[in-house]
Amino acid sequence: MPWTKVYSDRSEFDLAVEKDPALRGLTYRDAILEASTQLLESDSDFFILGEGVDDPGGVFGTTKGLAERFGTERVMDTPLAENGITGVAMGAALAGMRPLLVHMRVDFMTISLDQIANHAAKWSYMFGGAVNVPLTIRAIIGRGWGSAAQHSQSLQAMFTQVPGLKVVMPATPYDAKGLLVSSIYDDNPVIFIEHRGLYETVGHVPKELYNIELGHGVVRREGADVTIVAISQMLSEAIKAARRLSNEGIECEIIDLRTLLPMDKGIIIESVKKTGRLVVADTGWKEGGYSAEVSAVIAEEAFDLLKAPVQRVALPNVPTPASHVLEAAFYKGENDIIEAVKRVVR
Amino acid sequence: MELDTTVQIELYKSMLRVRLLEEKVVELYPDQEMKCPVHLCIGQEAIAAGVCAHLKSDDYLFSNHRGHGHYLAKGGDMRALVAEFYGRTTGCSRGKGGSMHIIDTDVGLLGTSAIVGGGIPMGVGAALAATLRGEDQVSVVFFGDGAFDEGVFYESYNFATLKKLPVIFICENNFYATNSPQRARHAGSRIADAALVFGSTGICVDGNDVEAVHNAAGTAVEHARAGKGPMLVEALTYRWKGHVGPGTDFEAGCRSEAELREWIDRCPIKSFRTKLIENGILNTETNNRIAEAITDEIEEAFQFAMDSPLPEPSDLLTDLFS
Repeated sequence: MPWTKVYSDRSEFDLAVEKDPALRGLTYRDAILEASTQLLESDSDFFILGEGVDDPGGVFGTTKGLAERFGTERVMDTPLAENGITGVAMGAALAGMRPLLVHMRVDFMTISLDQIANHAAKWSYMFGGAVNVPLTIRAIIGRGWGSAAQHSQSLQAMFTQVPGLKVVMPATPYDAKGLLVSSIYDDNPVIFIEHRGLYETVGHVPKELYNIELGHGVVRREGADVTIVAISQMLSEAIKAARRLSNEGIECEIIDLRTLLPMDKGIIIESVKKTGRLVVADTGWKEGGYSAEVSAVIAEEAFDLLKAPVQRVALPNVPTPASHVLEAAFYKGENDIIEAVKRVVR
Repeated sequence: MELDTTVQIELYKSMLRVRLLEEKVVELYPDQEMKCPVHLCIGQEAIAAGVCAHLKSDDYLFSNHRGHGHYLAKGGDMRALVAEFYGRTTGCSRGKGGSMHIIDTDVGLLGTSAIVGGGIPMGVGAALAATLRGEDQVSVVFFGDGAFDEGVFYESYNFATLKKLPVIFICENNFYATNSPQRARHAGSRIADAALVFGSTGICVDGNDVEAVHNAAGTAVEHARAGKGPMLVEALTYRWKGHVGPGTDFEAGCRSEAELREWIDRCPIKSFRTKLIENGILNTETNNRIAEAITDEIEEAFQFAMDSPLPEPSDLLTDLFS
């Protein structure tokens, strides 16, 4: 299946296309742009709003040209009023629209937590299911080039703590498109978190509109020795790590959860049944992080399967620093995953 | 402008219905069968009645924790409201919301938030939806003077004015946020004036004069429906009960009894009834008949609620997602 394949770079994808001309290469960025375009074409209830969605840059290219083509009513720039605009989007959703609210940075969502956590997440349950909130919020995790503490946060764990939200983190272009479409057509609030480091990655993306059901992970690589659950951008790091480990005779099975909330526990447990070992690689912080939840699920539900303690690869408990030297010390990558794997397989 | 007598009678009935329902809550609350906080609007009924009289059933409404009056005045189902107080499955929120979280989508009430100011942007969003679809609904948000402290009010008002959205902002200024007086929180005293900063119009009215409220709301609704954007209506009023619960709060030193007495003397229902009787629009017999009909409806609603089933513990996990 071409969509399960993760290509490490463009040249690898180009080689794949030589073998299979039916493959259609698209970057992660363009996959989001294509999904948005096709939704605007096909559904009059769908609209996009957010700070700078109509500017020439078009949110790193993901909304580029849409305002010119579909008008500024359906691709609407907004004031810098994150909480209020989130409430506006939610109200529109309650009144039958399917809004997509876009934040260039996840960090900006902390200003809108009232409308997300107190309102959007609660509205179905609190009113006994009388209404629902088909609102999708896109936000992007920044990384590198001194982005520093307020333009780089990976806050998925904060959202997975809130019942009533769904949290999606696509790691490939195919998933970026299909999961965005599914998020829009989900009748509940979905937090859709992208990673800036993935925007240039290329993969097979079908031209037509398609769905990927939320809540299902996928095995990206099969292996018998250790399971790596890799979130978002950590997937490509895990794949690089797995290739190197394979040269040493260690075969990693890599799981991309794709949806964090609800978690596909089954796919992790099935894999750990086979490998008996688990490493969780997350783009977020370690303490109280999503990797802790994955670890806890396995400790509670599959402890007897484990041959070694669970290992986590996640951020140290400090804000993101600016200096490139400190950045390099802060972020985790393939070497950290390799070390974690070696701790559990030795 | 003198209102049509039919409208006057309807306004009177609408206020009285809210008053008598909440008085029944006061009477039965000590039984501790309504196991949720209640924020009563006794004394403030003219605002809900005067505003909602202009709304069609498909116009949107967003309210707050003190929302019983808005719910009833918009045409919400009284039985489902009372059943919600009692935590029953027949409640408007199936027992998941309680008195602070009431809804009736059949009449456009899309929810009430107990986070101060929280419902305001949603009301703007519903108005945006109506505009994007080219429909003529308006949206009303009810909030108190406490919400004027919140940033989300300004964010919402700016956006609504910028986009000329059909939304009406109704600030029920009862001078207190919980127990904190307006003068301790606001640099200015005239909330309606805030509209000016946005190039919009604010109207300040006596919120205990149902006809004044009706007139001001009529202007704002007409303005919104004509595509001219929002107006801010500040209605000055007073809640007779404490912030929460069926009791008064002057004994605890929250406010002075003299201040309360002064406002009780300005009861919106009593003064309007006196006027209607003096003008020959209402007589004691008709008044009694109106009150009896409402009382019967209330009795029936409470009976319905108490006879209704409680949720099963297994209902805990339902309704999270659609």
